[in-house]
Amino acid sequence: MKKVQLLKLAHARSGDKGDASNIGLIARKSEYYQILKERVTTGVVKAHFAGLCNGEVERYELPNLHALNFLLHEALAGGGTVSLRNDAQGKTMSTALLRLLIEVPEDTVID
Amino acid sequence: MKTAKTSRSRSEKESIRIASGQGYWGDLPQAPYWQVSKGPIDYLVMDYLAEVTMSILQKQKSRDPKLGYAKDLLPVMEQILPFVVERDIKVITNGGGVNPQACRDAIFEIARNAGVKGLRIGVVLGDDIYGRVDNLFESGVELKNMDTGESLSKVKDHLQSANVYFGAFPIAEALNEGAQIVLTGRATDTGLTLAPMIYEFGWGENDYDKLAAGIVAGHILECGGQSSGGNYMKDWKNVPDLANIGFPIAEAHPNGTVYITKHKGTGGLVSVDTIKEQLLYEIGNPAEYITPEVIADFTSIRLEQAGADRVKVFDVKGRAPTEFFKVSMAYAEGYYAIGTLTYGWPEALEKAQAADRIIRQRLESLGYRYDEFHTEFLGYNSCHGPLSPMPRELNEVVLRVAVRSKDREAVDAFGRQLVPLVLTGPPTVTGFGGGRPKPQDVVAYWPSLIPKSHVKPFVEVSEI
Repeated sequence: MKKVQLLKLAHARSGDKGDASNIGLIARKSEYYQILKERVTTGVVKAHFAGLCNGEVERYELPNLHALNFLLHEALAGGGTVSLRNDAQGKTMSTALLRLLIEVPEDTVID
Repeated sequence: MKTAKTSRSRSEKESIRIASGQGYWGDLPQAPYWQVSKGPIDYLVMDYLAEVTMSILQKQKSRDPKLGYAKDLLPVMEQILPFVVERDIKVITNGGGVNPQACRDAIFEIARNAGVKGLRIGVVLGDDIYGRVDNLFESGVELKNMDTGESLSKVKDHLQSANVYFGAFPIAEALNEGAQIVLTGRATDTGLTLAPMIYEFGWGENDYDKLAAGIVAGHILECGGQSSGGNYMKDWKNVPDLANIGFPIAEAHPNGTVYITKHKGTGGLVSVDTIKEQLLYEIGNPAEYITPEVIADFTSIRLEQAGADRVKVFDVKGRAPTEFFKVSMAYAEGYYAIGTLTYGWPEALEKAQAADRIIRQRLESLGYRYDEFHTEFLGYNSCHGPLSPMPRELNEVVLRVAVRSKDREAVDAFGRQLVPLVLTGPPTVTGFGGGRPKPQDVVAYWPSLIPKSHVKPFVEVSEI
């Protein structure tokens, strides 16, 4: 196995749903989708966002789109209009997730 | 003199082209004009409303009964009306805000000045329940917070607006009555795009797969350029000519298949990946995308590149909707202020951190307390917070401090304490040109549900 930053395997877009942050994670190549499903679990994401996400993490699968959707509850310091953060709507939570390092098989081809 | 054509009867068209003109209030002002002038379209849809916009509009209306709609819509209408009339384009927008009738009258005035005759405008009413909340609450409609479960009584006395999200069917009814422009209050963003399909193709309330397909098209269009190359993460450097970005156009077919495209010769990009990013934007459970008309299943969506800047969206599945409309309420929740100061090299971050400690200590000595006191360092951690690695050495950093409190005086005091840091804190500080940060109202959002039986949309169509 080798360690790879998620940025190499996926792209993402994030937004707000009240005080929850939604992060759509999309495999850059269809063959990466299985890796994302196996490695980017709710537990991994919850641990990665320690200090930013105070609630539970939900994950949904969209196999047709080779994508996962995450909902990070209590992650926006009160939600878009109440939050005092510069990124009150969590627009950059997408790339915060892509900082994650995950293990992939040695023979995984990465551009 | 231009005369608007009388309404087309519902025709056996093979497809219709629905163009997105605005993704939110404040979006690119020239986009609607580009959409009506750079190529063929049948419909222009424009979204102007965010969750708390309604409270701002409600305040404006209370000061002047002729206000309360998206005023930015007027210069847009002035600019596009000649094309709209000449090319028989229909315009659908939720820019009516809390006063669609006043918005209509203002647009009629523009039409009169432009010498347009025979223009029919429809308004969708009934979504504004601000004046009915007490009665509804007393009659047992709880309107509790659908995220937290809290009782409305917590905020009922501080409400600033309350609106029901209506969907596409009332808009389709206005089109059916011959409206060329339809102005709504708090209609769903997706309903603006679905409505023309219902009207043109005669889709019924039980055509769930088709309705879901229209909702998916609406979701793709509702943020404007964000599906045609804007904010595109996968390969942003290779998106051509963003300066002239073409906003998305949905070419809808009677069987529910939709092609997303944009005008030829415009910038931006429509690809499977730009569409995927938008489909995943601001959704919860993708199998249950709930709208007034249908529950759309986003996991069923299939995408296929069907040419340059052309993506086929098909096989969308839907099922029967819920018995509820969503309600969006806004309430006052105290005050906030945000201030920034810029610290230069060397030790920029250490200086900014010291300044943060000093202002907190001064405010505490003066006895001020806050519901929240939040500090960030722009250039270091304002995007990713605790996930940001410590940088080696910054050339400069912006200290950004923000406070929130129910006590306006405490927030005002924060503003008085910030700028003095320039002469009484760490050195090499600048960027205080904006002066003292002023207290701003915090408008919080109360999402809720109401049984559909308690509200009824109605449509008013008039002509000049």
